[in-house]
Formats: sequence, structure tokens, C-alpha cells
Amino acid sequence: MARRYDSRTTIFSPEGRLYQIEYAMEAISHAGTVIGVLATDGVVLAAEKKVTGKLLDLSSSKEGGYGGSGEKIFLLNANVIGGVAGLTADANSLVNYARTAAQRHLLSYNEDIPVELLAQRLCDLKQGYTQFGGLRPFGVSLLYAGYDPHYQFQLYHSDPSGNYSGWKATCIGANIGTAQSLLKQEYKDDITVKEAISLVLKTMSKTMDSPTLGSEKLEFAVLMLDPKTKQPRAKIYKPAEIDALLLAEGLMKKDEDTEMKGV
Amino acid sequence: MEVSFALTGKDYVIVAADTTAARSIVKMKTDQDKIKILSPHLLMAYSGEPGDTLQFAEYVERNIRLYQIRNLYALSPSAAASWIRRSLAESLRSRNSYAVNLLVGGFDTTTQEPHLYWIDYLGTMTEIPFGAHGYGSYFALSLLDRYHDPDASLEEGLATLKRCIDEVSKRLVVSPDRYKVKVVDKDGVREVEL
Repeated sequence: MARRYDSRTTIFSPEGRLYQIEYAMEAISHAGTVIGVLATDGVVLAAEKKVTGKLLDLSSSKEGGYGGSGEKIFLLNANVIGGVAGLTADANSLVNYARTAAQRHLLSYNEDIPVELLAQRLCDLKQGYTQFGGLRPFGVSLLYAGYDPHYQFQLYHSDPSGNYSGWKATCIGANIGTAQSLLKQEYKDDITVKEAISLVLKTMSKTMDSPTLGSEKLEFAVLMLDPKTKQPRAKIYKPAEIDALLLAEGLMKKDEDTEMKGV
Repeated sequence: MEVSFALTGKDYVIVAADTTAARSIVKMKTDQDKIKILSPHLLMAYSGEPGDTLQFAEYVERNIRLYQIRNLYALSPSAAASWIRRSLAESLRSRNSYAVNLLVGGFDTTTQEPHLYWIDYLGTMTEIPFGAHGYGSYFALSLLDRYHDPDASLEEGLATLKRCIDEVSKRLVVSPDRYKVKVVDKDGVREVEL
């Protein structure tokens, strides 16, 4: 029965549901987890990478670029970092759209795009695919970690239906039930970036399939204010920096330390 | 013979414009308001080709308002001025462009700073501590060079403005006799009597 309402994205089922949108959300719940935590002096994002393996060429992300492997965490604008969960190809397309939207705002207003406005721009696009037929919706959820002078540090989440909401701490992807309850337990309203980093890594280590954390399975980013210029500065960690961070947090296994020396 | 002035001071911007509506050699009326209130903390004095000025000012007013309705907060003065400048620059490159000169003054509520922007019909924009458009600029700028103080109180700022207006009355061949003066500061926009 349900099949009758599956094939077109824009047809309601008799129960009033849009199946394709729900399937898109289902696709996301198998993707690598992304966790975001809003702190008083910054925002922290961490993501679990699914595409790994001994033979995968990671040399381009080790040095060069702005950090990150280009799978989960992206710089959307000078003041916004995006974390994606879902179909990576769809995500790349959305990231490109977000960067264009941010630059368009810069061209019109000569200021960084407000974080919520950027989330709205993407959601307008995503919503279109729930209403106009023939095309598949984007199978991507995003976390936006950003700063603007209106509301300072912010964390938003958007899903394939085009809904978005602001959060103090949230996550997308696989095992979000576990992660969310952990975050709910541990989150404090006056949390600092330093504490948020520990919280994110601790939560991540408990939700990931593999018991050990390492730079080959993790992407990590922090958005803070530059102490001198008071402008937002995004830092997307490079693999060596992630390993150093995990070591400092005591979350890296001993036998991996030997691997570290080779890096 | 349109005249408009604007100057910043300690945490405020004063914008003043004459109130004469003239056509050819005839004064049509002397109580026209040429300063639009664009948002709770933003003022814009406009001058130039009659018709163009009002049309463009209303276009700007409606668009700034639309942004505020959509986003629940107003554009910052610098963002608004940048958008206005771009609108003028795009207009200039169209078949029929607006010939409008503007002084945009506002108070940035996020940084608690006053800002003033000078924009002309060619899409030139500069942020300035004080400025003028029209014939008044020939007489007032040297006075403002001498008397402008970025830390002046509102009373001192208005006194400096008075000097400019008096000089124009004294030296300009056909000088306007009435001005409208508006101030924007942390409390918003208000009209003041000189």
C-alpha cells in the first residue's frame, strides 16, 4: 500500500505523510555522527568520518587547505562552520550553495551573513524539494556553528524537510539517541569552550562504533572570537592537531601512540 | 538650491536638510521633510532630482523595513548603507538611473557606535565624521573642519550645525530659510528644533 505514495516526493500519503522526506531522514540516521555544542565563548563541532581505510589517500588533508578532510566539516563562511550528515555528494552541493549564498550577502551588505539567515537560505532550497515534484530531496542534515553580532554564538540544525532550529547542544547522524541523552545530562548553561571540547569528545567516544578515537575517524572544529580583532575565527583541526587534542584529553589508546610517532 | 548636512558626535549623529520644494525659480512649499526614518536607529537625508529622490527613498525605506520584518532585527547602519550604495550603483548602470545624493546616519546598537555615510548618485560611498550635499557643502565643510569634535555633546553638535546654517544663510545667493533636524542615538530617532 505504502508504495503508492513513495515514488513522488510531493504527494501526501492518506495519513498525511511525505514518505520520501522520511526516507531521506532515515538515510541520515545511518551517517557518521556530528555533534555540536554551544559554549559561552565559542561553538564546538565534532564529526565521525565513515570513509576510512589503510589505502585511502589522506595526504591532502594532512597539510594544506584550511583543515578537515572535506567529508564532514566545512567552512561555509568566515563566521560559520558547517557539519554535514547524510549523502556526501548531496552535502557537497549544499555546501557550495551555502558558500554562494554567504558571498551574495557579503556583496549586497558588506557584512558576514547572519548565521540564522544562512540556515534559512539552505532551508528555503531544501523545502522546495518537498513541494515541487519529480526530484529527490537532499539527503542531508546540517549543523551550523556560527557567530554574528546580533545573537553572538549560535548553533543551528536543519533537516531534509527544510525545518531548522537553534540548539545549545545537538547531534545528527547515527546513534543520536545515546548522544543526545548524554549531552542533556552533561550540558551546563555556563559551559566554556574548553569544557565543551571535553564534552563533545567524551560524547563522541561513547557513540562511535569503534572504541578508539583517532584523527582518521574524527573531524573537529572550533569557532571562537579572535582575542585581538574580536572577529569570529574558525579553526578546523588538521589530523595531527586532532591527535594531539585526543592525547591531551586522555581519549587516545596507548597502542595508537606508537602510530603517532610516525606522523 | 538644496542643502543637507550631517555630523557625528559622542554617541549620536545629527542629520539636517532644508525643507524647500522648488521647481525652476519658484518655491512650491517650505515644509517638505527630506529626511526619511529607515529603521529605529537609521536616518537618511536625500537630495537631487525631484521625483527620483522620493521614489528612491521610498524604495529604500520599504526594502529596509522588509529586511526587518523577515529577520526580526534591523540592518546595521553599515550593512544598510552598503545595500543602498549598491542599489544606486546598479541603478546608474540601467537605462534610467536615479540621480539622488544621500547622507545615511545611524547608531549601531550591537557596537554602540554612531556611523555616518556620504553617498552620491554615482554610487560613491565613504564613511565620514561630517559631511554635506548641495551648495551648502561649499560653505559648511571648512566650518566643520574647524569646529567639528567627534566627542562633542549633542548641544555642542547642534551649535556647530547652527554655524553651518547661519553661514549658508549669509553667503548663499538663494538660501533656504527653514531646516528640519533629526538626531539618532542609542534611544532611537527624534526630531529636534534648532
